[in-house]
Amino acid sequence: MSERLDVRKTYKLLINGAFPRSESGRSYEVTSLKGAFLANVAQGSRKDVRDAVVAARGAQLKWWSQSAYNRGQVIYRLAEMAESRREELAEHVALAEGRSAKGAQTRVSRAIDRIVWYAGWTDKIAQVLGSSNPVAGPFFNFSIPVPSGVVGVLAEQDSSLEAFVNAVFAPLAVGNTVVVIASERRPTPSILLGEMTATADFPPGALNIITGYTGELAPTLAAHEDVDGLDLGGADDEFADQLATSAAGSIKRVLRAKKSDATSLRRLRAFVETSTVWHTIGQ
Amino acid sequence: MSEDLTNSPLGSLAYDPAPESASIARLQGSYGLFINGKFTDPSSHEQFTTLNPANEEALASVAQASSADVDRAVGAARRAYETVWSKTTGAERSKYLFRIARLIQERSRELAVVETLDNGKPIRESRDVDIPLAAAHFFYYAGWADKLDYAGFGPNPQPLGVAGQIIPWNFPLLMAAWKLAPALAAGNTCVLKPAETTPLSALVLAEIFQQAELPPGVVNIVTGDGSTGAALVDHPDVDKIAFTGSTDVGRMIQQRVASSHKHLTLELGGKGANIVFEDAPIDEMIEGIIDGIFFNQGHVCCAGSRLLVHESVADEVLRRLLRRVDQLRVGDPLDKNTDVGAINSAAQLARIKELTAYGEAEGATRYTSSCSLPDKGYWFAPTVFADVAQSHRIAREEIFGPVLSVLTFRTPEEAVAKANNSNYGLACGVWSEKGSRTLWVAERLRAGVIWANTYNRFDPTSPFGGVRESGFGREGGRHGLEAYLNV
Repeated sequence: MSERLDVRKTYKLLINGAFPRSESGRSYEVTSLKGAFLANVAQGSRKDVRDAVVAARGAQLKWWSQSAYNRGQVIYRLAEMAESRREELAEHVALAEGRSAKGAQTRVSRAIDRIVWYAGWTDKIAQVLGSSNPVAGPFFNFSIPVPSGVVGVLAEQDSSLEAFVNAVFAPLAVGNTVVVIASERRPTPSILLGEMTATADFPPGALNIITGYTGELAPTLAAHEDVDGLDLGGADDEFADQLATSAAGSIKRVLRAKKSDATSLRRLRAFVETSTVWHTIGQ
Repeated sequence: MSEDLTNSPLGSLAYDPAPESASIARLQGSYGLFINGKFTDPSSHEQFTTLNPANEEALASVAQASSADVDRAVGAARRAYETVWSKTTGAERSKYLFRIARLIQERSRELAVVETLDNGKPIRESRDVDIPLAAAHFFYYAGWADKLDYAGFGPNPQPLGVAGQIIPWNFPLLMAAWKLAPALAAGNTCVLKPAETTPLSALVLAEIFQQAELPPGVVNIVTGDGSTGAALVDHPDVDKIAFTGSTDVGRMIQQRVASSHKHLTLELGGKGANIVFEDAPIDEMIEGIIDGIFFNQGHVCCAGSRLLVHESVADEVLRRLLRRVDQLRVGDPLDKNTDVGAINSAAQLARIKELTAYGEAEGATRYTSSCSLPDKGYWFAPTVFADVAQSHRIAREEIFGPVLSVLTFRTPEEAVAKANNSNYGLACGVWSEKGSRTLWVAERLRAGVIWANTYNRFDPTSPFGGVRESGFGREGGRHGLEAYLNV
C-alpha cells in the first residue's frame, strides 16, 4: 500500500466542556455540497438540548463574573487557536459550502478576524452602552449593560463558519452563555471551532454546540423556561414565527437578525439588559 | 491581624532573602536608538550610562539622541504614517497591538527584572503591577483600533499624525504603554522619549515591536536627557505632544507649543489627599494609606501624600499607621519580600531630603521608620509627618518620595476645603463606610480620579488624568482615545 489510510474523526456534541455523543445514540449523515460522504455527525436530542441549557446556566455567573479583560483574553485565545488550524477550517468550509479553496480561506480569515473583533468588545461594551444619568436629585445614578443570561442560537444554515461566529461570539462577548444548534447540513466547521474552545480556557458550559435536526431541536430551545434569549438565524420565516411565538411563553429576548447586523452593534445589544443603580449622595 | 503583633512570637520572625536573579534581564552592554525599525547609533556617537539605583552600578550604556537624531526619528514616523500606517485598516492595527500585548505577557518576567534593575522598584510591584498592566493596556486599546466609530467621537474619526511622547521614570514601561497603545490604536505613528534614568524597558519593548513585525517607523524610541525631549517638543513636523512628568516641565512645554499647531495633553504632578472619616474600616484603611504613599517609593504622581484624618480618630490612625510603617521591608528591590525599594536617582533623593528638612524646620513632627538602609545606592526610609499645617511646604509641594503628611479635619466641609487647597488636582481617596457621604465628598473634590475605600488602582478601561495644574487630557478608557484623534 503506497498511501497511508487516514484516521477519521467522530464528530460529537459539545456540552459542559465535554464532547459526548448524543444521549440518544443517534447520528446522521453529513455530506459535502456535492454529495460526498463527510461524516456521521451526532444527532442531538431534545434531552441533549436540555442538558446543554443546564450546563449553560451553571456556567453563566462564572463566565460573567470573571473580568471583562479575562473574557476578552479567552475569546482572543480562541482566535489564536483557530489561526493555527485555519487550513483544516478552510477545507471544511470549502466542502460544506462548495467553495474554492481561496474562497473558503477568505471566509475563514474573516471569521477569525471577527472573533478578534468580539474579543475586543468584552471590556468596551459597558463604555458604549452604559451611562451615568444626571437625575434631578441627590443621587448618583448609573446604568450598565448586563447579560441576559443563557442565549439559545439557531446557527444560520448556509454560512457554516462566519455566520456561526457572529451569532455565537456576540452574546458570549457581553457575558451570556450559549447553546447553539449548528447548521443542520453544514455543521463540521462549527464542530471544529467548538473543539478549539477546549484549548482556549472557556469555562465548561460557556459554549455548548448541538448538532442535529433544527426542526426537531429548535422548539425545545424556544420553549425552554430557563433560556433568556433566542437567535432565530437558522430558521426560515415561517418556522421562525412559530418559534418566536413559543419564545414569548417565558418572555425571551428574540433576535431575528439581518445580514447588515454583522457589522453593527445590534447583535451585541440583542442580549444585554440595562441595569440601573441609584445611590444617595449626602453628608 | 492581632493588635499586639510586635509583642507576639510572630513579631520577631524574619524572612530569608528571596532574590530574583538579575541575569533574567539579559541586558546588553549598550543600546542604540530605535529608529525606522532598527537600532542605530546616535549621530554624535554619544552614550550615557544608566545605573541600578539600588547599588549605583552601571547597567548599560544608552545612546544620547541629538536634535539630528530626533529629526531622523520624526522623519521615519512621518514616512511610516503617510506610506503605511494611515493605510493600515483598524482591524490590522488591532492585530498588531494584540501581538504586542501577547509578547509583553510572554516576556513579562524578563521585563519585570529589567524594570526593577533600572528603576529600583520592588520586583513584587514590577511583576504584579507594571508589566501586567502594560500588557493589559495594549490588549484593551487593540480592541479599540477597529471600533473607533463606536467610541463616541462621531463617524470615522481621524488620527492626528505623528505623536511625540515624553514619559517619566516612575513607571517606565507602563507609561510607554499608556502613551503608545492609544496612539497606535487611533492610527498615529510615534516618537517616544523615555526618561533619562530608566530607558531600558522601552528598549526591550522596541525588540518586542521587531518580534511583532510592526512596520518600521511606526514607533521610534529616542533615548536621552532633557535636550532630547526639548528637540522633540520643538520639532515642526510633530502633530501632538503627550507629556507625563512634573508640572514645571509641563508648563514649559505648554508655553513652547502655545503658538504652534501641536495638540497637547499633560499628565503632571499631584498632592493627593487621602480623606479618612471616623467610620472608615480601619484595617483596610491603614493598608490603603500605606499603599497610597509607599507604593513605588511614593514616586507616584497620584500618591496619597496628604492624609486628612477626622480628628476623633486621628490618634488611633496615627498610632496604627506608624506601627505599620515600621513593618515595611525596605531593601533589595530584587528581593520578592521587599515592600519599598530604592529612590530612583541621586537628584530625586536630594529633593526628598531637602523637602523633609523643611518639614522639620517648619515645625511638623517627624517619624522615620527604624528600618536599616543599604550602604550603597539611593535610599530613603519611609517617613511620616504629623502636626502638619496647610502652609507647610510638605503639605503643598509634591515630594515624590516615601513621605506622608498628616493633617486633621472636623467636618466633611473642612475635609473638602483642605483637600482642594492645592494647585494640583490629580487624585484623592475617601475612606468611609457611608456611601452617600463618599459620593457627596467626591462631587466636591477637584480631582480627576477619586478612589473610595481603595487607593492607587489602575485599569486600562478607567480614564486617568488631572484637573488644574495636574494637567489635562485622559489616559485609559474610551476617553483616552480622544488625546490621539482629531476630534
